[in-house]
Amino acid sequence: MHMSRYFTDEHEWIDVEGEIATVGITDYAQEQLGDIVFVELPAEGTTFEKGDDAAVVESVKAASDVYAPISGEVVETNSALEDEPALVNSDAEEDGWFFKLRLTDASELEGLMNEAAYKKFVASL
Amino acid sequence: MSGTDDVTHIEELPLQTLPLDAWHRDKGARMVGFAGYHMPIQYEGIMAEHGWTREHAGLFDVSHMGQLTFTGEGVDAALEHLLPSDIKGLKPFRQRYSMLLDDEGGILDDLMVSRLGDGAFDGADIYMVVNGATKYDDIGWMIEHLPDEVTMNHMDEQALLALQGPQAGEALASLIPETADLLFMQSGLFTWRGVSLWISRSGYTGEDGFEISIPGEDARLLADALCALPQVKPIGLGARDSLRLEAGLPLYGHDLTPAVSTIAADLGFAIQKRRREEGGFIGHARVMKELADGPGARRVGLRIDGRLPAREGARIFAGSVEVGEVTSGGFAPTIGAPIAMGWVSTPYSAIDTALEIDVRGKRIAAVVAPMPFVPHRYRRKP
Repeated sequence: MHMSRYFTDEHEWIDVEGEIATVGITDYAQEQLGDIVFVELPAEGTTFEKGDDAAVVESVKAASDVYAPISGEVVETNSALEDEPALVNSDAEEDGWFFKLRLTDASELEGLMNEAAYKKFVASL
Repeated sequence: MSGTDDVTHIEELPLQTLPLDAWHRDKGARMVGFAGYHMPIQYEGIMAEHGWTREHAGLFDVSHMGQLTFTGEGVDAALEHLLPSDIKGLKPFRQRYSMLLDDEGGILDDLMVSRLGDGAFDGADIYMVVNGATKYDDIGWMIEHLPDEVTMNHMDEQALLALQGPQAGEALASLIPETADLLFMQSGLFTWRGVSLWISRSGYTGEDGFEISIPGEDARLLADALCALPQVKPIGLGARDSLRLEAGLPLYGHDLTPAVSTIAADLGFAIQKRRREEGGFIGHARVMKELADGPGARRVGLRIDGRLPAREGARIFAGSVEVGEVTSGGFAPTIGAPIAMGWVSTPYSAIDTALEIDVRGKRIAAVVAPMPFVPHRYRRKP
């Protein structure tokens, strides 16, 4: 199975399958944050405009906001992170996903990076 | 994603480098700006480094701190004017925790003060270590208040390394056997490979350990020798902060500020009986008043329900009444839960008082807890 994966310059990844987008933070982001001890996820049914505060990642040293990379309604959150927030460290780009959105404006995906572009972006930092 | 990094640049000036700058980078440290310097926040990760220090021994570079010496006739009396602690009764090779107070009794800085001996630091009388972010303000304040007969020297080319953890004693003794005899808050002059080291048995993690003052140009040699030992790994500022929080030790600029006083901060142990009775130090009136009437608010420890950490600035409530504020908080790796330190209005400051903390609009349950959160393991007289 191969979905389309997009990346943002805020270090989030988005897998799109039909009208559902799965959102997480990149391996680079978890590495920068360090040991993650808590993830505050949005309630199911919440609707976001692109750029809204969507989640908070607490590392040992600080809290960091995660923004909604695209507009949509939260249809599911990753309950595994409640018991094991360190999943974000160990598997940021698969099992450590944050939430799933039902897209309201698929055209917002157009401005995002693909994997190659994101790799290049990270290398430039 | 945006980091609300708790490590802030104190000054707009370009960051300076410390003697071990290249050494940290060679060890894979992530460097950040702290107290005006490039400093290592972490090497392999805060949790791993924290755990290593609690079980083995961690090497911390704290060369950003201000190392000062004082010499001259009347030095004890001059320092007793500046510090609320007993300096006249401080014996050679002994160290004491103290602080600088302003005219209103607010805390300008907390510090360690020791009486030198064996001709250390060119025969100076007193050695003091103050916080990095406040050192230039401290120096200005002291110059203003010290008599001409007392000379203060800022040793800005001296490095300071802290070796902390239950295996710190055996690790350091394998290089310098004589250090095995030191007890908590004792210090001495030692020689290692021809280099003079002023070493005290102290630190800020709650563990047994040492603070080692060494000329900057020799620091790399010692850091390499220590990290070549199986017990020792380099540890960054991140774990230093989580370790000191678990140990219940206040951090200047966060838990202590000029707005708070010694007694409210629960640091009355730093003011010995004679000093309380005789006074004669800057800020004495506030200390006496708070000893008599009790302070309006107290520094307390807080244990937090669940896993969501409460950070500096979070407001503390008893029902609908706001009763205080968190001044440091985070996840405690040794405990496996969030803990915090903060100011709470005196009627709500008793151990076991149930309170709530507002974290981003959510109320989380907390209880006033005794500190330290993790027992101290200092090496004291048996």
